[in-house]
Amino acid sequence: MSKLSRDEMAARVAQDIPDGSYVNLGIGLPTRVADFLPAGREIVLQSENGLLGMGPAPAAEGADPELINAGKQPVTLLAGGSFFHHADSFTMMRGGHIDICVLGAFQVSIYGDLANWHTGAADAIPAVGGAMDLAIGAKRTFVMMEMFTREGSSKLVERCTYPLTGIGCVSRVYSDIGVFDVGAPGVRVVELIDGLTVPALEAMTGLSFSG
Amino acid sequence: MIDKIFASVDAAVDDIPDGASIMIGGFGTAGMPDELIEGLIASGARDLTVINNNAGNGDVGVAALIAADRVRKIICSFPRQTDSHHFDAAYRAGKIELELVPQGNLAARIQAAGAGLGAIFTPTGYGTLLADGKETRNIKGRDFVLEYPIHADFALIKAEQGDRWGNLTYRKTARNFGPIMAMAAKVAIAQVSRIVPLGEIDPEIVVTPGIFVQRVVEISPTSRRFLEREEAACPN
Repeated sequence: MSKLSRDEMAARVAQDIPDGSYVNLGIGLPTRVADFLPAGREIVLQSENGLLGMGPAPAAEGADPELINAGKQPVTLLAGGSFFHHADSFTMMRGGHIDICVLGAFQVSIYGDLANWHTGAADAIPAVGGAMDLAIGAKRTFVMMEMFTREGSSKLVERCTYPLTGIGCVSRVYSDIGVFDVGAPGVRVVELIDGLTVPALEAMTGLSFSG
Repeated sequence: MIDKIFASVDAAVDDIPDGASIMIGGFGTAGMPDELIEGLIASGARDLTVINNNAGNGDVGVAALIAADRVRKIICSFPRQTDSHHFDAAYRAGKIELELVPQGNLAARIQAAGAGLGAIFTPTGYGTLLADGKETRNIKGRDFVLEYPIHADFALIKAEQGDRWGNLTYRKTARNFGPIMAMAAKVAIAQVSRIVPLGEIDPEIVVTPGIFVQRVVEISPTSRRFLEREEAACPN
């Protein structure tokens, strides 16, 4: 059994984004999905800071400090792209105009609750950005994450212990050991990496999966 | 005759008093009105409440205002970043109060103030720590949180072109909060890269109509402040 690399996870998410979709990729790991969007599909990337039709990073000499993405890195604008102010940008999210958003997570519950903004540690400075708007606003919210923490505990959980970002907002989790649908009925296996069985997964996570 | 053009940054920010609430445009450094903030620091105003998406990046703009110990409270969505060291230090020292607002709620509350609304019901944040203690309502099966508008005494924003009526255009992702902050503040002050004669901006591409803007100052790439800043950044 060999876990997927981060690039393989990104490629797997990208496969499920249909032609014609409007998509927001969260900062961090989800940003990599952009590098694996299948050729031949026209997929429009939105960035919360006011652009639609975001292109790849420019060559160093082409970087413009006033053309950046949500992670504040220089990007480019594709033909057909547009700029707009923040209220319009979040209208796109909260108003249900974005088809898919892909977010990272600290924890996701089997019912689709998301925790990805705050560890709740006493000395942590909390920062939420657009995570709460994206999580509940997009038509479908995907999470992309490694299944286990460095300490080995499952990030897919019965109930989130970290502060929530949104309730019941995640529909699918793409992990390094498989893809899972989550929601009101609980968690269902979509696919597992070669060599991993549902009983083994249940032993590793302490959760029960329907198949 | 209407003439909103101010001859200098100092004149444009001169009357901002201690204790004022100030919206400052920008997402990171894109759209941050650095020169207006330098003028604000020079004016000496303190105990300010600042509304910005972040809490300063590096050593200029909002970061410089915090480093100069002028900010009593900041209302923002994303304070903690790799280069927010001035905020981090002030926060850990208990010198600055933080009100954390989800970014879309921040935008909606600012826009609501500009639009004269009494409050909004937003789905963002429902069931989270950031809605603790707030009134909620279930509308047609969905849960919403009651949030109030955010008003400010002043807005400092950066735009691209401006004219003497206050009409503005913006440049790329430097637009971000500028248009809604201009609406929500009693006095909106725009620094622009170029002041143009009335009528030169195509009315079809005016982004902020002049009614929302009270003061316009040109910070051209050949201005004294701009050159001084460039020189400070690259002494050779």
